[in-house]
Amino acid sequence: MSAVATRTLLELDDVSVEYALRDRVVRAVDGVSLSLAPGETLGIAGESGSGKSTLANAILQILKPPAQLAGGRVLFEGRDLAAMKPDELRRFRWRHVSLVFQSAMDVLNPVMRVGDQFVDMLKAHEKVKKADALQRAGDLFELVGIDRNRVRAYPHQLSGGMRQRVVIAMALALRPELIVLDEPTTALDVVVQREILQELQQLKDELGFAVIFITHDLSLLVEFSERIAIMYAGEVIELASGETLFRDPRHPYTVGLMRSFPPLTGPLERIAGIPGSPPDMAAPPSGCRFNPRCPHCDPTDARLYARQTDERPRLREIAPGHLVACHLVEERP
Amino acid sequence: MTAAAAATLEVRGLTKEFGRRPPVRAVDDVSFALRPGTITGLVGESGSGKSTVARLLSRLYSPSGGSILFGGEDVSRTALRRYRSEVQMIFQDPFASLNPVKKVQHHLERPLRIHGIASRGDVDAVVHDLLRTVGLVPPATIAQKYPHQLSGGQRQRVAIARALAVKPSVVLADEPISMLDVSIRIGLLNLMADLKKDLGIAFLYITHDIASARYIADEVLVMYAGRIVEQGPTDDVLQDPLHAYTKLLLSAVPSPEPGGHRELLVRARRPSTDGELVEARPGHFVRQPTT
Repeated sequence: MSAVATRTLLELDDVSVEYALRDRVVRAVDGVSLSLAPGETLGIAGESGSGKSTLANAILQILKPPAQLAGGRVLFEGRDLAAMKPDELRRFRWRHVSLVFQSAMDVLNPVMRVGDQFVDMLKAHEKVKKADALQRAGDLFELVGIDRNRVRAYPHQLSGGMRQRVVIAMALALRPELIVLDEPTTALDVVVQREILQELQQLKDELGFAVIFITHDLSLLVEFSERIAIMYAGEVIELASGETLFRDPRHPYTVGLMRSFPPLTGPLERIAGIPGSPPDMAAPPSGCRFNPRCPHCDPTDARLYARQTDERPRLREIAPGHLVACHLVEERP
Repeated sequence: MTAAAAATLEVRGLTKEFGRRPPVRAVDDVSFALRPGTITGLVGESGSGKSTVARLLSRLYSPSGGSILFGGEDVSRTALRRYRSEVQMIFQDPFASLNPVKKVQHHLERPLRIHGIASRGDVDAVVHDLLRTVGLVPPATIAQKYPHQLSGGQRQRVAIARALAVKPSVVLADEPISMLDVSIRIGLLNLMADLKKDLGIAFLYITHDIASARYIADEVLVMYAGRIVEQGPTDDVLQDPLHAYTKLLLSAVPSPEPGGHRELLVRARRPSTDGELVEARPGHFVRQPTT
């Protein structure tokens, strides 16, 4: 786990993504730098509009106009994905990086048996006989906890949780080094959600793939990730281990977010939450983008206030492995 | 207002079946009471029947069996308009529940007009009061906005203001925060807790988020496969659950505390919904097989 010696699987270097709309340009992801070691689980938490899903699409190079990579590089084992030809990218995806998103269970073709959809996917990537492909589909079904005979089922014959498991099995089929999970269980019930996440954890331990787990549910990330990046208004504003974020969150947004979950046990008191709403990304606030909602941003300290409202805070390491982008933390550590 | 025991809305043996050959019993012999100034949490997974209960109570569906009593009278004989002036709803999706081409003002004026609550002269004042009640300020500005100009949380507050316009005694809230961002959910929960206290409203709070039910509900009903399997004072039920399904549900809740999470209890077989609700502790009922 030492930060220096580990190899880097994926590196995001100052990645920005813009949506070029008719009358204006919206920068949904703004200068995000993150790296991921092989086998690591990195959580990305943020609210709607924070840019977390756009970032996932940038990692897989599946941004569609009007979205486009506006700056920075996405490096997978040192190779710049933006420089790959479409053909190369198509072979690269699924074999090296696969994606499971929230409504992934709805991507299954309703009039085709799920096993045949597996066969199609495998055939697109390698020379394989149908019987062998079906055999492998059955093996993968068992891996994710579905009876192998269900390869003959149509999607409507499976529950939402089972369909999401089928998609996860597909994502694992070519043994990629990285799986990006974008709100993989948000559409599912709590019990099914936990079953699937525990299975994924076991599969990860067995197969050794790395995971980027994107969700708005920070409490899930604390359980299932080694490091967590908190995104707000297109930027990473804090990065640390789940343990650190829980015990010592430093960015006022993270602090508010951690306090937004009412406890299931122990004493109950009224929680204040975070005032206001996430910003309109077409016209984000100047300076620190959290400043209109920040409880520590007021004009009494004129000099600090000027920085908070004018100057973009930069992500700085305040302790080994703990990075925060906040003027207040910088000035009053 | 605080005749503590008097139920505002009560259901007895409520049952709803869909289809035939064989019919699916979505709600099966459900009984409970909503009291003024009390939030009753109805928790369960999707498919448990909790939304069907809300639709029965709002009279969007008619029951296949059992009865709904308002102030002691069977509501099947009450005119729908009169019923709706007492029992209001808040839905899950604040994007779908407001008309996109109408301003906030319109959404709040309509119930006032339909139910003849404000005269033409003081409509604006009443609308502004409603907006202030749900924390939308400055009201004069908000009233002139269209839904797309508001955030999800603000839209849900408009939906609550609309429900409050007719001065209801009961509000049915079906997953009112599940589509909102985490950072604004607490604000909505606090608002409901305040409305319960300040206006004495009886809330039915339907959710799959058990921690949020613990945060605001005085009592909880745990529903599974169409039946109530456990019910009682919130802390009693959630801190010391008795039914296998309640225990399973609690074990699935993610915990933000590192290492604090519970192992998921294995869903070895379907938790039983057989038997009768018996009072295991004062006010705390659990469904137990009759031996």
